[in-house]
Amino acid sequence: MKSIIYLIVGVFFGILMYKSEAASWFRIYEMFEFGAFHMYGIIGSALFLGVIGTTLIKKFNIKALGGQEMQLKPKDKSIARYLIGGILFGLGWALAGACPGPMYVLAGAGYLSILIVIGGALLGTLVYGILKNKLPH
Amino acid sequence: MDFIYEPWPWYVSGPLIALIMFVLLFLGKQFGMSSNLRTACSIGGAGKISDFFKFDWKSQRWNLIIVLGAAIGGFIASTYLSNNEVHINENVAEKLSTYGIESAGTAYLPTEIFSTESLSDPKVLAILLIGGFLVGFGARYAGGCTSGHAISGLSNLQLPSLIAVIGFFIGGLVMINFIYPLIFG
Repeated sequence: MKSIIYLIVGVFFGILMYKSEAASWFRIYEMFEFGAFHMYGIIGSALFLGVIGTTLIKKFNIKALGGQEMQLKPKDKSIARYLIGGILFGLGWALAGACPGPMYVLAGAGYLSILIVIGGALLGTLVYGILKNKLPH
Repeated sequence: MDFIYEPWPWYVSGPLIALIMFVLLFLGKQFGMSSNLRTACSIGGAGKISDFFKFDWKSQRWNLIIVLGAAIGGFIASTYLSNNEVHINENVAEKLSTYGIESAGTAYLPTEIFSTESLSDPKVLAILLIGGFLVGFGARYAGGCTSGHAISGLSNLQLPSLIAVIGFFIGGLVMINFIYPLIFG
């Protein structure tokens, strides 16, 4: 039963990414050129509501379904891993024009070439896993 | 009926992204798309190479179902709900044409990079592969991507997520301002 809910959330997410054009290479390029408000509006309005909702959840200690805690664990403190990892991610995001969510959406939309990007992303994840203990975190 | 094909404006799309994040929180999960890449590596047997991939991937089954749904959603949207043209700022489109990318306004993704025919060009292949590699490597190093840091993490006022998002933009700006001229110039 729960699987169907996740499937519906996924389908909705896929349509949303495609229809908002957040999955378009052009929109990502335009964002980094500061050429339009569109992407900033999407992220900004999601965040505006996200901050309000998350604050209320914490303030009133609202539980998830079944009474379990919400997944709002604080992230580990560090600068190096977030900054270096973030910069590498940004380089790839602007080059391939797609972040992980939209990659799956574009695969479903029938863009064969995105499979190369996904293959690269899997390889990058694998190499990170191998090098993890040698990298500054 | 043309409105069906119109893109959704930011003030519709952004709140709907927040809605997805809250639905997942209420289901006891966290919105994060790049962790599926790690899960896929684990399923593929990467646990033999690195302990990083030794975890109970079945606990991530829900997220894989979301990936499946996202692909179905992409199919539905591109087939029935879109004319698959993205119109961007004209000056930006003009700048792209100086890079030899002239499909802005006529395609959803630049045909110069994403058409199947372009795959025979080693440069295009390298762009796709290296771009993907950096996204995968960077997302795991930073512990999240756009959904995990820029949306979930910043919503929870996490300083690490702010550092990561600043990193995303440093990387993106370096790429389009300094590396694009080398690749496409």
